[in-house]
Amino acid sequence: MIWSAPAERSDDGALDKRMSQPTWKRYGTNSQCLCGSLCLCGELPCDNIHHRDTEITQRHGGFGLIALVVMVLTIATSAAAQQKNSCIDCHAKLDDPRISAPAKLFDKDIHKARGLMCNDCHGGDPNATTAEAAHDVRKGYLGKPKTLDIPAYCGKCHSDANLMKRFNPSLRVDQESEYYTSVHGRLLKEKGETRVATCISCHSVHGIRAPSDPLSSVYPSNVATTCAKCHASADYMKPFGIPTNQFDNYKLSVHAKALYDKQDLSAPTCNDCHGNHGATPPGIASVANVCGQCHARQAELFQTSPHKKAFDDKQLGECITCHGNHAIPKPGDQMIGTQQGALCINCHTAGDKGFVAAGAMRARIDDLIASIDKSTAILNLAERKGMEVSKPKFELKGATDALTHARVLIHSSSTTEVDKVIEPGMDVANKGYQAGVGALAELSFRRKGLAISLLFILFLATLVYLKIRQIEARQQQTDIG
Amino acid sequence: MRIEPLTNWLDERLSISTLTKLADKKEVPLHRHSIWYYFGGMTLFLFVVQVTTGILLLLYYRPSAENAFESVQFIITEVKFGWLIRSIHSWSANLMIATLFIHMFSVFFLRAYHKPRELTWVSGVLLLFIVICFGFSGYLLPWNKLAFFATKVGTEIAGVVPVIGHPVLRFLRGGDDVTGATLTRFFGFHVAVLPATATVFLGVHVALVQLHGMHVPKKYEHNYRRMKFFPNFIMRDLIGWILAIGVLAALAAIFPWELGEKADAFAPAPAGIKPEWYFLFMFQTLKWLPAKILGMDGEVLGIMAFNIIAALLFVVPFIDRDPANRRKHLIFNIIGIVAVVYIVVMTIVGYVAK
Repeated sequence: MIWSAPAERSDDGALDKRMSQPTWKRYGTNSQCLCGSLCLCGELPCDNIHHRDTEITQRHGGFGLIALVVMVLTIATSAAAQQKNSCIDCHAKLDDPRISAPAKLFDKDIHKARGLMCNDCHGGDPNATTAEAAHDVRKGYLGKPKTLDIPAYCGKCHSDANLMKRFNPSLRVDQESEYYTSVHGRLLKEKGETRVATCISCHSVHGIRAPSDPLSSVYPSNVATTCAKCHASADYMKPFGIPTNQFDNYKLSVHAKALYDKQDLSAPTCNDCHGNHGATPPGIASVANVCGQCHARQAELFQTSPHKKAFDDKQLGECITCHGNHAIPKPGDQMIGTQQGALCINCHTAGDKGFVAAGAMRARIDDLIASIDKSTAILNLAERKGMEVSKPKFELKGATDALTHARVLIHSSSTTEVDKVIEPGMDVANKGYQAGVGALAELSFRRKGLAISLLFILFLATLVYLKIRQIEARQQQTDIG
Repeated sequence: MRIEPLTNWLDERLSISTLTKLADKKEVPLHRHSIWYYFGGMTLFLFVVQVTTGILLLLYYRPSAENAFESVQFIITEVKFGWLIRSIHSWSANLMIATLFIHMFSVFFLRAYHKPRELTWVSGVLLLFIVICFGFSGYLLPWNKLAFFATKVGTEIAGVVPVIGHPVLRFLRGGDDVTGATLTRFFGFHVAVLPATATVFLGVHVALVQLHGMHVPKKYEHNYRRMKFFPNFIMRDLIGWILAIGVLAALAAIFPWELGEKADAFAPAPAGIKPEWYFLFMFQTLKWLPAKILGMDGEVLGIMAFNIIAALLFVVPFIDRDPANRRKHLIFNIIGIVAVVYIVVMTIVGYVAK
């Protein structure tokens, strides 16, 4: 396999970040050169258009035909040799799954796909033939990192903007520093708590896939399950004293239904509200900002509403007080109003200003729904009877849009604002109804017109028939005569 | 008011008396199968309805991908009696194809194509194909979803014919895909090329019918009565035409022809898409054919077979030349019955199949 590495390795086998020379190519984990120029020197760089060391190139210039012959004779064995990697070869054969699993998992790892091998993280010598030589600390062997060191271990590359942009220029490089702002990172760094999540807890290890890979543990539809591995475990969470029902609650939410049932990958999951590397619970003061990332208009209206000050005064979470947090249900009109089950009456009592406004807004919304239903019913009836009503049906969508807009505007808690869109919506719905009435009247006209036309047509046909009989009777008389 | 001077004036210039003398002389044979004579006239009448309603639709129709659907929508919702004209045009087109098939099979079974009527048959078969082309091109013109995908499938079928298939496909579509360019050229075919061609062959066909007179089946050759063409036969025709108007009006009022949704090239094809009923038997056959027959593509073979059958239709009068050959008569009857049964059964199967 040919792969490109962005930097030359130093004597200890680790990536030398100081290296900023153009890309060179190599095969497998073997440093031997086997590029298309048939150079078998085993040194880097070789005589290839990609390789710029002209001095070495000149040294190798005399190989010529001999090199070609040797190449042909040894190609099969060389190719096999280049694929060898003593880390993978040895570890894969070991009985202990704790140390054999990494070698097996690594085949699907994104790092391997990008050309990195075991020694790029763990150091050591992948060309060595004995365990001792391979694990030689003089060759930079680091072994398995401690939990405390993992963020820095990954950050060695992932926090290096110069290095990372050679692999993926759009990839962020602040994960490590962000991690240390998270509850996980702070507990790890400040208290030495090793039971918290580190990089590998979420991204896995040795089988790490790109987040865009549906099999990745951090693919949008897998995130909640990944977080739930720890956060839904009562035993694991016991020392931290936090609830473990978030995942069960989330699964009941409108967001989970969108993500899992509709496969809408833009629907929020844990990290969209809590952050990923900087995961932390949003505070009362910032929860509206979290929801407002997607529900911007609702958040904006709420900020200008009388509820804002009232919620602040009572230290209530802005959105979650009415909508909940993890088990957010699909919002419905039943949430607003003054009837049994409406959320408004949790705070407002009969006669107060908010109570009156809630009742009025609900009534206006109900009026528009009734009007749309009435228009839809009559247009559907006309359509079933064969009338062409696609245009008024399309125009009726304007009323549905107004209804959706009105449902958003209730976050302003202003009846006047809601009325501003309800009124035009009612006009559109009424026009749709009138179009339906017109279509049915036209249908009735057609039916009556048809009946009259058919009578006339039958009368005409009868007349022609009688005329034929008259003509033929006359012809018979003439024939007899 | 005396009209004699006017008729004399016209006669001197147009020799109308020659025509009236001819009409007076013209007779229609009367026997057990005389009923089938009316189907040619009925097809001609429905063609006239098509031309008339088609011209009226042209006043508002706009042949472009951007406007076609909206213009038809405008015709059926805003134009006074536009719905009636459009529905009659669609229903009449389908009834015309039905009466044309009946007319063709009646001529076939009564063996009316024998000498000297071979060219009458050939011109009739040509008219059949022209009418089918009318149907295929007209179906796309409202530019709705069903028509769009049916045209896509239909032209794809034409495209699989070896050698000429791809050029034909590109010619029909005006490119590699069904687009506004396809609509424009289908409109051109539908309102200019096909009507002109149909008028020529219709003229030839009717002229040949007048030249040779009505065919009398051999069985009744020496035992039939006669009816005067004018006014006896033509007035009976007239009753049929008046009733046809009634049927068309009833169909248009009770089952107005649907417009559907506007075509969207990026939308997925609707499930269970089917062509017009007169293509269903061929469509169903192609669906049932195995992918490979004797190492060849099944669909290609099927299309080639239909092309060969179409070509054979032209040469029927030249294969079955002897009216006295009873054995050939029997074989042709069996072929005809099998064809009718096949078309009817496969059309029903195609209609109910998902």
